[in-house]
Amino acid sequence: MFKKILALALALMMILGCVAVLASCGKKTDTPDNTVPDPDPVPLAELKTALITLHGDQSTYDKNFIDAFKTACANKGLTTEQYSIVTDIPEGDQCYDKAAEFADDGYQLVFADSFGHEPYMLKAAKEFKSVQFCHATGTQAHTAGVANFHDAFASIYEGRYLAGVAAGLKLLEMYDTDNDGAITDDEAKIGYVGAWPYAEVISGYTSFFLGVKSVVSNATMQVRYTSSWYDEKAEKQTALALIDDGCKLISQHADSMGAPTACEERSIPNVSYNGATGTNTFVIASKINWVPYFEYAIDCVINGKKISADYTGTIGTDSVQITALGTAAAEGTQAKLDEVKAQLVSGALKVFDCSKFTVKNAKADTSAFSKASFITMDEEGHLTAYLADVDDDGTYTGETNVIKTEGGITYFAESDGRSAPYFDIIIDGISIGAAVVVEE
Amino acid sequence: MEPKTEKHLSTDEKAISKKRLELPFHIVKRSNIALWKKILIYAAALVGALLLSAIICVAFSPKSGGSSKNIGDFFKFLFNGAFGTERKTWLFLLEMALLLGVSMALIPAFKMKFWNLGGNGQILMGCLCAYACSYWLGGKMPDWLLLIFMFVTAVAAGILWALIPAIFKAVFNTNETLFTLMMNYIAVGIVLYFRAAWIKNGSGQYPTLKAGILPALDQYKALLTVIIFVVLTILMFVYLRYSKHGYEISVVGESVNTAKYVGINVKAVIIRTMILSGAIAGLVGFFLIARTGAGLSDNSPNNMGFTAIMTSWLASFNPLLMFLTCFFIAFINKGMIQVSTGFKFTNNSIANIVVGLIYFFVIACAFFINYKIVPRDKSGNKQDLEKKFANQIKGVK
Repeated sequence: MFKKILALALALMMILGCVAVLASCGKKTDTPDNTVPDPDPVPLAELKTALITLHGDQSTYDKNFIDAFKTACANKGLTTEQYSIVTDIPEGDQCYDKAAEFADDGYQLVFADSFGHEPYMLKAAKEFKSVQFCHATGTQAHTAGVANFHDAFASIYEGRYLAGVAAGLKLLEMYDTDNDGAITDDEAKIGYVGAWPYAEVISGYTSFFLGVKSVVSNATMQVRYTSSWYDEKAEKQTALALIDDGCKLISQHADSMGAPTACEERSIPNVSYNGATGTNTFVIASKINWVPYFEYAIDCVINGKKISADYTGTIGTDSVQITALGTAAAEGTQAKLDEVKAQLVSGALKVFDCSKFTVKNAKADTSAFSKASFITMDEEGHLTAYLADVDDDGTYTGETNVIKTEGGITYFAESDGRSAPYFDIIIDGISIGAAVVVEE
Repeated sequence: MEPKTEKHLSTDEKAISKKRLELPFHIVKRSNIALWKKILIYAAALVGALLLSAIICVAFSPKSGGSSKNIGDFFKFLFNGAFGTERKTWLFLLEMALLLGVSMALIPAFKMKFWNLGGNGQILMGCLCAYACSYWLGGKMPDWLLLIFMFVTAVAAGILWALIPAIFKAVFNTNETLFTLMMNYIAVGIVLYFRAAWIKNGSGQYPTLKAGILPALDQYKALLTVIIFVVLTILMFVYLRYSKHGYEISVVGESVNTAKYVGINVKAVIIRTMILSGAIAGLVGFFLIARTGAGLSDNSPNNMGFTAIMTSWLASFNPLLMFLTCFFIAFINKGMIQVSTGFKFTNNSIANIVVGLIYFFVIACAFFINYKIVPRDKSGNKQDLEKKFANQIKGVK
């Protein structure tokens, strides 16, 4: 009964076996070429550039890229025939195929916007040496040694820190009735809806928390994850659960309106991400502005200059932005933010200043995903050394000490070894709550 | 009172016809249709659908920036998406071949009226096993041996995922539609679970593979896949048309009782056929991973398990006709991506509307092939027609 199937399977196996043997005979070794000269300049009128996105503009994340790309192209004087946007490209071979198609069609500069696009963009870069491939949020470019492959991110932690300052001022306005600059521990409790326990999210909420702490020194924060970048229902219910737990202010790192809506229902102030929400409880939001990076990359191609392998946009380059204050923001917030921002730009203030936080809990952590073995701290619990997983060598262990001292400040140098965030320590004062079981 | 009224109505035939809502036409089942008519109906639907799609795209294309697009551009982009460059042509052929492969996985089961909606899950399990072999064993054995491991485990996983609902159907007569559908979600869950368990760097991405990659016969790594699935399609045609198994499948599909009466072991046929289905789905999974060493994702099957239902139905489960339907659907898919980019759409909603519209037109064709619309007699009521038939019968007598 199975004879036919068996025969078919065997025949297929034989074909496969043969070709596999043939292939293993003809294997070539390729060595990365680091001594690539500057690329030839491309006249502006001949420039063609493309953006590959994971979703369409219904996703706030991708919309941020699409809008910025259009703006940058328009600012640089490109006609609509000179740039293309292809949306809804999954993180798989389809990304490589699209990148290669653009290279075939004579495009000189191709961008992709999602973390998972990286290996496929890198593959295309290795094949099409004369085309520049730029990828947002990736981690491999600084070690890949492929001259035409580039990563980029922004030091969004600076924006989140500023948003945290605004949140701290809001807490004081609400609860510091005697104007002594102090509130009770219960009043200093805030909540955070995170998408995934990745470094990008941890770095984000830690900087936000440190911003709050710079105003309200006894602040504590509970974080709960939704395990999705976009899940309106889960984000809303998680925010409601945090509010029920006594959190007096909510912020989030996820792409839907779930948390802002929950805050609006319960009249709890909300600090948002990616843009203003237009709600009455909206305090402020931080966002990454990709226009400077797109313009920088276009300029490089036009002028025949190498694009940085790993570009970090900062608050100084306008790559990190905070929105205009919402109606819920406390009085005097703008002045304070201007002051703190100036300090960040000048370098007088470091977001991850090690003297401002302790890591005793993380050091004592013995769970499977613990970072404790990479942490060195002093008696008070301040970081003195931390091995971060900056170089993506496939081992998933920390190899680079990222604690630096500059101008008398010992700080965790985030987005320094590479642009994508790698701050992944749960510092003291932050607790991780259980994920909310979403009710349908 | 009532009998009187009834009697009254039955004598007054015009009263009835006035009370009834009468359409100016009625629908008659066709007993037979000439091939040229069939082709003409399909062609008309296709042209109509494409023209309507072109109008929709032109109407919705963003006008800002001074570049307006016309209907001609729509057809140019549509064609270029599949055949614009050598690479696009190969990628189009590749998509068509994979779609053929999934269709081949579905039709043996469909022919025996076992509604296997679990194509996605069966492919995904094949992907997972092929990926796992390469991920854990890559570099520890020669590549050809690794490829054989990947192949065997992928096919075995596909079989397992098809066999479970098949056994339940054969033994307990459970509903296979729901069962296979639910198996898809379990497969997705398993893939996500192992991602969390294996990939410890917190990136949430299965990395691309370095070992266990099929050799390239051509620059675009498409030819091998195309050859395998084209050969498979022809084999499937022969299997279903000329083998005893194929005959048993169609008997079970026509009537389980007839099959039992003539001594066919229905349970064995169901299980055997689903093993074949699962094996082919697993094979597709193997190719999805081993062709380029792509990273695994819960969307690796790219929804082909469902798309192939359409290609199978449109081809009335005839493997050779599936060359046509897979060609058509791959063409529309590839073409609409190009149209979206060319028309500067920044999400795929319009493309989805258009693809849905074209499918709808083509599926609606089946109606006009099976039925014809006949205008009503001038006098326009049923009784007159009945009288006419009665007279005709009398005449014959």
